[in-house]
Amino acid sequence: MSDLRGGRYDAIVVGAGHNGLVCAAYLAKAGRKVLVLERRHQVGGATTTEEIHPGFKFSCCSYVVSLLRPWIIRDLELPRHGYEVLPLEATLTPFPDGRYLLRDSDPERTRRSIAQFSPRDAEVYKRFGQQMAELGRLIKPLIDQPAPDPLSRDPRELLRIARLGKQIRGEGDAWLFANVKMMTMSAVDFLSEWFECEQLIAPMAISGIIGTFLGIRSPGTAYVLLHHYMGEIDGSFRAWGLPKGGTGAIAQAIASSARALGVEIRTEAPVAHLLMQNGRAAGVVLANGDEIRARAVISGLDPHRTFLHLVGEEHLDPEIAQQVRRFKMRGSSGKVNLALDALPELTCRPDYGPHLQGGITIAPSIDYLERAYDDAKYGAFSRQPFMDVLIPSLTDPTVAPPGKHVMSIFVQYAPYHLKEGAADWPNQREAFGDAVIDTLSEYMPNLKSLILHRQVLTPWDLEQIYGLTEGNIFHGELSLEQLAFLRPMAGWSRYRTPVRNLWMCASGTHPGGGIMGVPGALCAQAMLGKRAV
Amino acid sequence: MPIPTPFHERTQPLCTSYRWKDWAGYCAVCSFDTSHEREYFAFRESAGLLDATPLYKYEVSGPDAAALLGRMMVRDVTKLKVGRVAYSCWCDDDGKVIDDGTVSRLAADHFRVTAADPTLHWLQALSRGLDVELEDSSARLAALALQGPTSRAILRDAGIDEIDSLKFFGVTRGTIRGIPVWISRTGYTGDLGYEVWVEREAAVDVWDALMAAGGRHGIEPAGLDALDVARIEAGFVLLGVDYFSSQKVVLESRKSTPLELGFGWMVDLERGNFIGRDAIAAEQKRGSIWQLVGLEVSWVELEQLYASFNLPPSLPATARRDALPVYDEAGHQVGQATSHTWSPLLKKYLALASVRRGFEAKGTKLQIEHTVEYERRKVTATVAPIPFFDPERKRKP
Ligand SMILES: Cc1cc2nc3c(=O)[nH]c(=O)nc-3n(C[C@H](O)[C@H](O)[C@H](O)COP(=O)(O)OP(=O)(O)OC[C@H]3O[C@@H](n4cnc5c(N)ncnc54)[C@H](O)[C@@H]3O)c2cc1C
Repeated sequence: MSDLRGGRYDAIVVGAGHNGLVCAAYLAKAGRKVLVLERRHQVGGATTTEEIHPGFKFSCCSYVVSLLRPWIIRDLELPRHGYEVLPLEATLTPFPDGRYLLRDSDPERTRRSIAQFSPRDAEVYKRFGQQMAELGRLIKPLIDQPAPDPLSRDPRELLRIARLGKQIRGEGDAWLFANVKMMTMSAVDFLSEWFECEQLIAPMAISGIIGTFLGIRSPGTAYVLLHHYMGEIDGSFRAWGLPKGGTGAIAQAIASSARALGVEIRTEAPVAHLLMQNGRAAGVVLANGDEIRARAVISGLDPHRTFLHLVGEEHLDPEIAQQVRRFKMRGSSGKVNLALDALPELTCRPDYGPHLQGGITIAPSIDYLERAYDDAKYGAFSRQPFMDVLIPSLTDPTVAPPGKHVMSIFVQYAPYHLKEGAADWPNQREAFGDAVIDTLSEYMPNLKSLILHRQVLTPWDLEQIYGLTEGNIFHGELSLEQLAFLRPMAGWSRYRTPVRNLWMCASGTHPGGGIMGVPGALCAQAMLGKRAV
Repeated sequence: MPIPTPFHERTQPLCTSYRWKDWAGYCAVCSFDTSHEREYFAFRESAGLLDATPLYKYEVSGPDAAALLGRMMVRDVTKLKVGRVAYSCWCDDDGKVIDDGTVSRLAADHFRVTAADPTLHWLQALSRGLDVELEDSSARLAALALQGPTSRAILRDAGIDEIDSLKFFGVTRGTIRGIPVWISRTGYTGDLGYEVWVEREAAVDVWDALMAAGGRHGIEPAGLDALDVARIEAGFVLLGVDYFSSQKVVLESRKSTPLELGFGWMVDLERGNFIGRDAIAAEQKRGSIWQLVGLEVSWVELEQLYASFNLPPSLPATARRDALPVYDEAGHQVGQATSHTWSPLLKKYLALASVRRGFEAKGTKLQIEHTVEYERRKVTATVAPIPFFDPERKRKP
C-alpha cells in the first residue's frame, strides 16, 4: 500500500548498470530511500562477469578499467566491498612479418622496442606520453564536474565558465593550440605530427576510434585519444587495470556498498514504462504490471531507451524527440570471448612471459585499420578487424580452471546496421566469429585447436542482451558533438530531463561511457543539490 | 660480499632487472622485473615463490630442548604440540626485544628456530647446564616461501598429500619428487602461504618441481620488494627497520619491548620464569612508553598537497624504510613512521609507526611528514588497526 502513496521510495533507479548503482549509493548515503530495478538476472549491465562455459568466467562486455574515479572508490569504500584491480601494463602489437612492438612499464625496454622501427620515435615516445598526461590532467577536472554549460543563463554558471577559460588561458597558447588541434584533427594526423613509423602510429591511433563509427583518419578522433591518458589507477596516472573477478566484480562491489547504505536492488524486474501523471514522472510500471511510485525516477538507460521507450514519444515534445533520435548510437564493435584449453602460442614471441599479461593489439598498419573501416562503411563487418586481445586468467587465476584460460577479444568494426539490416546479425554471427578467429590465428596459429567454447557478441546481441541501443558500448558515440554540454542534448546536460521528475545517470550523460561512475555520482549530487529527492 | 643461495642458478637468469641486495650475507632478488608489481599481485592473487634461504635457522634438540626455548621465548613454547609452529620474540633480561622468529616443534625433542639475526651465541649462552644439542642449520637448509591464494593447490599438485590437512601454523614432513622436505604453513605476507625447507643439495630440484606444478596456478618468482609491501599490509614488523635488536643498539631509547611492538599477546606472565619476565611484568603495571600502530595517510590531503604544487600526486613505487616524523595535531612530534607503502590492494597509503602513549587509540588523528618538491609538509594520518589486510583464506582449514 505504501508503494501507492509514493511515500516509500524517494527515488527509483531504472537499470542496475554501474552508473545506476553508483547513483543509488550516493543518494542512499545522503539518507534517501532508493529502489533499483534491473531487467536482467544480475546487476552490472555492460560491467558484467558471467560463467558462460562451466568454470570460465567471462567479462562479457567491458574487460579493463581505468576511468573509475578514485573519489568514488573512496566514497563508496569499494576495496572493502571486494574491488581489486590488478596491473595491466604491456601492449604487444604483432606484425605480419614476425616482428612485434612491446610497450610496457619499463621505459627503457619500450624505447628499445620502438627503436627497431624508428630510433627517432623511440626518443619522442616518452615526451609524447608526458605531454598527453599533462593535457589529460588539465582536462580531468572537467570530467569530475558537471559539464560547463555555455547555454546557461545562470550567472553562476557563466562565472564558472569564465574561470575555466581563465585557467586554460593561464596554461598558455601552446595548450590552447594543442586542444584546438585535437578537437579538429584525426588520430592519425595528430600522431603523425609526433611520430614517423606506422608500427607505432597504428596501434596508438586505436584509442581514438573505440566505440565510434569513425575511422582513424576521421576528424575529431584525436580528441578521443586523450581519454586514454586520463586513466587513473591507484591515484597515479597509469593506463589500464584488470579487475579481479572480471569487470562484473566492480558492479558487485558497488552493489554491495549500495546495499550496505540501504539501497534495495531488485533483479529480473524490467520496467515497461514510466508512470506519467500530468506530464510528470510519478513512478514506474513494471513489465508484470506492478506500479511503484517515487518522488523521482532516474534512468540508468541510454537516451534512446529512456525517452523513446520509458517515457514514450506521446509524452515528449516533438522537438525533443527529434533531438533524441538524432543522438548517434550506431554501435560499431563486438566481442568474442573464448574458453581455452591452454595458452596459445604467439608466432612472434612463443615463450611464456609477462608480454602475454597485457593487451595484444591487432592493428598492424594504418591501411589495415582504414580497410577495416571501409568494410563497415558499406554495412559489413571487417573481414580483418582491429582487435584488442586479453588473457585475464594469466593475471587473475580465479576466472578459469587451473591451466586453462579465458581470452577476451574486443573487435571493431562490427556495424549494427548491416547492409542486410540489423536483424540479419543472427545469420552472420558465426561468420563474424570466424573472421575474428581466422585473423587472430595468423598471429596465434594454434589458437583454433585450443578453443573449448566461443561466445560471439555482435552489436545486435549487445542490444538484445544488455539493452544497449544499436549495440553502442558507450550509450551514444563519444564524438565531439555528443560530449560535454551537448550530451545527451543541448540544454539538458545536467542529468535533468525535459520530463519533470525524471533524471538520467548513465553513460549517455556527461562525461560519457566507460566504467567511470561519474555520471551516476554527479547525477546524485545534482539531484541532492536541487532538492529533487 | 654477499654469496649466492642454492637457488641462485635458477633465480639469476630470471632476474632480468639485475636488482639484487644483500640479505644476511646472501644475494637476494629485489624484484625480478623492473617493477615488483606483478610479483606483489602474485602474492595476493596467485602465488609468489621467494627464496627465503637467508633466514637464520637453528636446530635445538635433546631432552632439555623445550626447557631451553621455554626460557628464551616470551611465548610458552614448551606446550607446543609436535607439528605446530609458534611465532614469538625473545628478550634480554631488561625485557628488551632481541629478535623475533618462528619456533617449530618437529619432534618431541626437536625444535627449529628461525631468526632475522645470528642467534647461535644466544642459544649457546642459554644452554649451559642443559642437555641440548644445537646446530646452526642456516647454511645446510635452503628455504622457499610459497605465498598466495593458489599456493595450496600448487603444493598439492607437487605431490604433498598432507597439504590439505595442514593447519595455519602447522608443520609437516613431505616429499617433492622423492626429496624429503619440511613444509610449514607460515610466512611473511599475511596471506595463505607456506614455507618449504629442504637440504641445500636438493634445493634446485624442489624449485623446479614447484615452478612446474605452479605453471597452472599463476606462480611467479618474487623478490623482496614485493614482500615488503605485503608484510606492511599484514602489519609485520621488521627487525632493523621497525625496531632494533637490544643487543645491537647503543642508545637505550632505541630498544623496544614486546608490549610496545604489539607482541603483548605472546606473553604469559603466569607461567614459570623466562628471560625478561620481571621487566615485562613491571612494564605492564607501569604502562609502556611507545606503541606500534598502523597509520592510514589521508589520500585526499596528499592529493591537495600535490595540487598546490600543480602536480599530480606521486608516491614512491616501492615500500619505503626511511623513517618519517609523526606529529600530533598541535604539531609536537609524538613518534615516527618506520615503514610505509602504497597498498595496491587496499588503495591506501599505509605506515607502521611507533607513537607515544596516548596516541595509539584507533581513529586518533596524527600528522605525518611528506616532502614535495624539497618542501617538508604534513598530512593527516589516522591510527588504524593492524593487520591492514587479513584475508580469511590465511587461516581457513
Ligand atoms: C563490448 C564492450 C566492451 C567495453 N569495454 C570497456 C572497457 O574495457 N573499459 C571500460 O571502461 N568500458 C568499456 N565498455 C563501456 C562500459 O562497459 C559502459 O560504458 C558501461 O558499463 C555503461 O554503464 P552504465 O551504468 O552507464 O550502463 P549499462 O551498463 O548499460 O546499464 C544499464 C542497465 O539497465 C538495464 N536495463 C535496460 N533496460 C531496462 C529496463 N527496461 N528495466 C530495467 N533495467 C533495464 C540493463 O540491463 C543494464 O543493466 C565496454 C562496453 C561494451 C559493450
